[in-house]
Amino acid sequence: MTTTELAVSASGLVKTFGDFTAVDGIDLEIRRGEVFGVLGPNGAGKTTTLKMLATLLPIDAGKAEIFGVDVKANPHQVRQLVGVTGQYASVDENLTATENLVLFGRLLGMSGKAARAASEELLESFGLQEAAKRQISKFSGGMRRRLDLAASLLSRPPLIFLDEPTTGLDPRTRGQMWDTIRTLVAGGSTVLLTTQYLDEADQLADRIAVIDRGAKVAEGTSEQLKTSVGSSTLHLRLSDKHQVAAAAAVAEKVTGERPVLTPEAGGVNVPLADADRAADVLIGLRHAGISITTANVQQPTLDEVFLALTGHGTESAENPDGPAHAANHTDIPEEVA
Amino acid sequence: MAALISTYAVADRPLKAHPGVGETISQTLTMAHRAYLKMMRNPEQFFDVTIQPLLFTAMFAYIFGGAISGDVKAYLPTIITGILAQTALTASMSRGTQLREDMDKGVFDRFKALPIARIAPLAGPAVADLLRYGIAATLTIAVGLAMGYRPGGGVGGVLAGWALTIFAGWSLSWIFTWLGTIMKSAGGVQGTGMMIMFPLTFLSPAFVPKETMPGWLQAFVDVNPVTLVINATRDLMNAGDVTLSVVWALVGCAAVVAVFAPISVRSYSKFL
Ligand SMILES: Nc1ncnc2c1ncn2[C@@H]1O[C@H](COP(=O)(O)OP(=O)(O)OP(=O)(O)O)[C@@H](O)[C@H]1O
Ligand SMILES: [Mg+2]
Repeated sequence: MTTTELAVSASGLVKTFGDFTAVDGIDLEIRRGEVFGVLGPNGAGKTTTLKMLATLLPIDAGKAEIFGVDVKANPHQVRQLVGVTGQYASVDENLTATENLVLFGRLLGMSGKAARAASEELLESFGLQEAAKRQISKFSGGMRRRLDLAASLLSRPPLIFLDEPTTGLDPRTRGQMWDTIRTLVAGGSTVLLTTQYLDEADQLADRIAVIDRGAKVAEGTSEQLKTSVGSSTLHLRLSDKHQVAAAAAVAEKVTGERPVLTPEAGGVNVPLADADRAADVLIGLRHAGISITTANVQQPTLDEVFLALTGHGTESAENPDGPAHAANHTDIPEEVA
Repeated sequence: MAALISTYAVADRPLKAHPGVGETISQTLTMAHRAYLKMMRNPEQFFDVTIQPLLFTAMFAYIFGGAISGDVKAYLPTIITGILAQTALTASMSRGTQLREDMDKGVFDRFKALPIARIAPLAGPAVADLLRYGIAATLTIAVGLAMGYRPGGGVGGVLAGWALTIFAGWSLSWIFTWLGTIMKSAGGVQGTGMMIMFPLTFLSPAFVPKETMPGWLQAFVDVNPVTLVINATRDLMNAGDVTLSVVWALVGCAAVVAVFAPISVRSYSKFL
């Protein structure tokens, strides 16, 4: 029954709340052993999609299979295959870390002894052993997240859902979480992870689906997504802010494309079809007598990809020249998979 | 860590289609243990089953005793058994608000995502609540004895009445469990629970003889499950007789569970 090569196969998933369609026909195919990132801004429908796949919300339309098991028809079997770490810690606030893990272990059918042993082992792996006897209500956010993940691993599930595993964590704790996720994958687990952070998807995910307003707008590796936006960008800072317009005119004459400006900072971002054109732009500026303080050529960031694909920014990428970026890239093809 | 996790990728293990009966019972007991731990950490959960029986038994006995039975002592066989049923009902009412509050917490997402019987998270706390009903029943009887109640049913009759009270509390708690699963807020559960609780307690022979009520009211009193419980408790505790009322009370309680347990589970798991 579970011989399929796909860990997750979903087609046409739909979820409506009243007359609001939160998920509007999403298809997903996740291979065994890969980390699949679902990337989207607030309210895109990431959690809703995950909850449908995890049997926590009914699927209104469409079909989903986990290792070949139909989610609608066999929820109890799906629950044996998936470990879910939700967006908000799903552990019992009134119990200690050990009591939580023993509770979940017992519910999974372990003997009291086995549950205590597994709990001890997991707490140690996640660096929580000193906190074992403390109530969760006294835990920090990072500790809660780690305990939550530990709880999802008790059953040794082959597929792990992580809903925004690092939202609200400090950079160090985030790094630790990333290491943990990499270890899981090295052990052969398949991971479906949602995130609002483009660099997180970039760092961890083998493939990424970008979703926006309940629909998938792109899918591919982070390289593919970046290439799809096409151009690299030459980022320039001018010595004299007042020359921004003049510099833009020069750049446009050389490249044929209109640069994106941040006049307050004296910034000119020139889209390049070909990175070699950067030299031509710089020579043009020299001839026009425009002096620069910094210049660098960059591949598009996933932030830019995101803007290009959705036509609006992520919360983290919202900056003064955001809309200009978007306007600049409206001709990008929608689907890259 | 790597060693710990290396065995995780076993997607091809045998999968169970449904939780078995044995598993369901063990999961329910595990959930009961969780509820018990929470109870012990939150002693407020014992207020209604300690203070209320003490206060109500003394208060009602002294207020109504003279008017209804001539003197307080003669009223005790009526009021003690009445209060027993009343506290069973009020104690079971909190099951609904507790469940609603609990379900709004993150941990219920995990319970829902685990491969466990859907009834376990509902039935577990109900089992733990047996302790609360036990405390309420014990205290009520103890106060009665202290005030001079001498039950005609003897030790056996009193124990039987005590057990019936606990069973009734557990059975009735399924009504409130169901409310907890269908209502959006704990406040709503509380309000609706009150609306159910008041007619059930006061439209019964708990405090006054049924015969003093108008005929149309007596019709309701006769079918009220609380009436069945009170009649049975009186027969057991005051006479020591296992009468037809006792059978009816057990049937009534079982019927409440038979109706409300399945619909509770259905509305709890209606997300799939
Ligand atoms: N139970 C619900 N009832 C009504 N609307 C809901 C419900 N759950 C989610 N929504 C709506 O569905 C949309 C998608 O929500 P979802 O939680 O899936 O977004 P998300 O991508 O996870 O966002 P975030 O990054 O903020 O977690 C949102 O507009 C949200 O308001
Ligand atoms: Mg979310």
